Amino acid sequence: MTELLWAVAVAPFKDMAGSPAFFVEVVLGGIFTGLMYSLVALGFVLIFKASGVFNFAQGVMVLFAALTLVGLMERGAPVVLALVLTTAVMVVLAFAIERIVLRPLVNQEHIILFMATIGLNFFLEGFGEMAWGANVKKLDIGIPDRSFIVSGVQINELELTAALTSAVLVVILAVFFHRTRIGRALRAVADDHEAALSVGISLTTIWVVVWSVAGLVAIVAGIMWGAKSGVQFSLSLIALKALPVLILGGFTSVPGAIVGGLIIGVGEKLGEVYWGPLVGGAIENWFAYVVALAFLLVRPQGLFGEKIIERV
Amino acid sequence: MIYREAGQFKTTYGADQAVFPIRQDRWFVLVVVAAAFVVPPLVADEYWLQAVLIPLLVYALAAIGLNLLTGYAGQLSLGTGGFMAVGAYSAFKLTTAFPQVNIILVFLLSGLVAAGVGLVFGIPSLRIKGFYLAVATLAAQFFLIWLFNKVPWFVNYASSGTITAPNRTVLGVLVTGPNATAPMRYLVALGLVAAGALVAKNLVRGRIGRSWMAIRDRDIAAEIIGVRPLQTKLLAFGISSFYCGVAGAELVFLFLGSAETLAFDITQSFLVLFMVIIGGLGSILGSFLGAAFIILVPISLTNAPHAVGLTLPVALLKQFELMIFGGLILFFLIVEPHGLARLWQIGKEKLRLWPFPH
Repeated sequence: MTELLWAVAVAPFKDMAGSPAFFVEVVLGGIFTGLMYSLVALGFVLIFKASGVFNFAQGVMVLFAALTLVGLMERGAPVVLALVLTTAVMVVLAFAIERIVLRPLVNQEHIILFMATIGLNFFLEGFGEMAWGANVKKLDIGIPDRSFIVSGVQINELELTAALTSAVLVVILAVFFHRTRIGRALRAVADDHEAALSVGISLTTIWVVVWSVAGLVAIVAGIMWGAKSGVQFSLSLIALKALPVLILGGFTSVPGAIVGGLIIGVGEKLGEVYWGPLVGGAIENWFAYVVALAFLLVRPQGLFGEKIIERV
Repeated sequence: MIYREAGQFKTTYGADQAVFPIRQDRWFVLVVVAAAFVVPPLVADEYWLQAVLIPLLVYALAAIGLNLLTGYAGQLSLGTGGFMAVGAYSAFKLTTAFPQVNIILVFLLSGLVAAGVGLVFGIPSLRIKGFYLAVATLAAQFFLIWLFNKVPWFVNYASSGTITAPNRTVLGVLVTGPNATAPMRYLVALGLVAAGALVAKNLVRGRIGRSWMAIRDRDIAAEIIGVRPLQTKLLAFGISSFYCGVAGAELVFLFLGSAETLAFDITQSFLVLFMVIIGGLGSILGSFLGAAFIILVPISLTNAPHAVGLTLPVALLKQFELMIFGGLILFFLIVEPHGLARLWQIGKEKLRLWPFPH
């Protein structure tokens, strides 16, 4: 019993203190993965805030964006042109989704809309792979994948770029939300659909904008993740990893998505490296969920989520 | 003309509250069930039984289970695959530890084990709701699968990590294992799903079902009129997991023959959820219709190009299948968000007026 307690509560921390450089590397790795989760979670939050749709297809949108980008570049398009075209494709996709899926389903229950996005998930997956091929592709848009060493800690340039890009993206989004007309309209819709409608905000426009922005976030996530580990089907599975991030951060909070992503990313890596061996490893898959679940029991609306007030 | 309840006077409360109050419905259901027991074992070939009908019945049972939880009690769950895995693995452990116990009893016992696990993972539902709960149930899914992967005790230390259905007999006839005939396995699956559906139908129209629906529609109001949320929600999780557990055991013992944890991964959870939603939330009949839809569509999509003499590359076919499958789900949701069961109901209403629509 004491041995077990030692192994769970003392030994991992001793390991951490024993080799701080390794510890920092693990944490950095966690931060990078966490940022990726954050980017996907961000797409979720944007759409959920504006339309109440729990968009399960966000992960596949990441895959789809990355596939489109790679496909265009393979056909000889320069990086900038490919990026512009991919953006155009994602905007067209947003229009199509709004027109074909969301509009007929307006006012349906949440679960129906959720189901529709899972249908969308299958459709996009098949469509993307049919259009661009299903084999693993290397995405290289010129971000160096070198490492340098700062006081004994290995730092990867790609990860650094990803971190900076995400930070910039979040700032841009924050400005967009708080300083522009459309951003204000977006927040109005998120607060109260009917009130927003009554002051003349067009819901359909807002939906298109939101899905487009989510598409852009998906492109960024797709580029980062694709540059790290190639563009392949498993990319769409990070959507599942973004879910605990969401419950941790709250479904309606942009900063929540970022902070939640970092906590989950770091927690997962630390858990895997220091506690994983105790139970045979590979705990990354569920560790995040259990952390999020434990958290929910204390704070059901997540870290930054709005407190749900219920009336009969 | 044919479908009229005119002249059927109810003289007792019992008759008024029967499962199928209209005589035509009662006869129709009886005939369908009887036909299901008699016709396929005589007519259908091995392929139809093995690839279509047995999985259909197994998934219908799982869909009933999830429908009780999501459709009636309103608790969204994405952990169905995990609960099915609990059923399958406990059935395997039970029947290898006690080979003389009747396999049907083993199925039911493993359902009970799954119910216990479901109760534990249902506890968060008391604090959290909606999509937060759905994500929380994913914890059950991933944790359970990981557990069965990591602990060799569950597979009796088999190096392959798979569980295999041993030979077991019911009343002297082989029903599981590699030598069991498809018709026998079909009959066992049909018997279990018929009994399960009957029990479920009666559950949801009684006190328990009504308290589930009260919680689903407005939980605070339900609490005020005296429905206890703790017991009600946990009961829903328990009973739902029981159905899913039995279905999981059947999946391995009657359909797959042997399986690893991969057979119960997250896609399985989504598949069952699809069945429930396409079929119709809050409808037992819908569970069957949804299961039929989800099982039949991929099979017909795979076979359709062959039928018209077209040979497509396998990869392309797979992607095409995904696209059409997703597209069909969207189509059905848009056309009828309340599922196939609602279409059935509309059909019945129309039939009552036919051929005089006014």
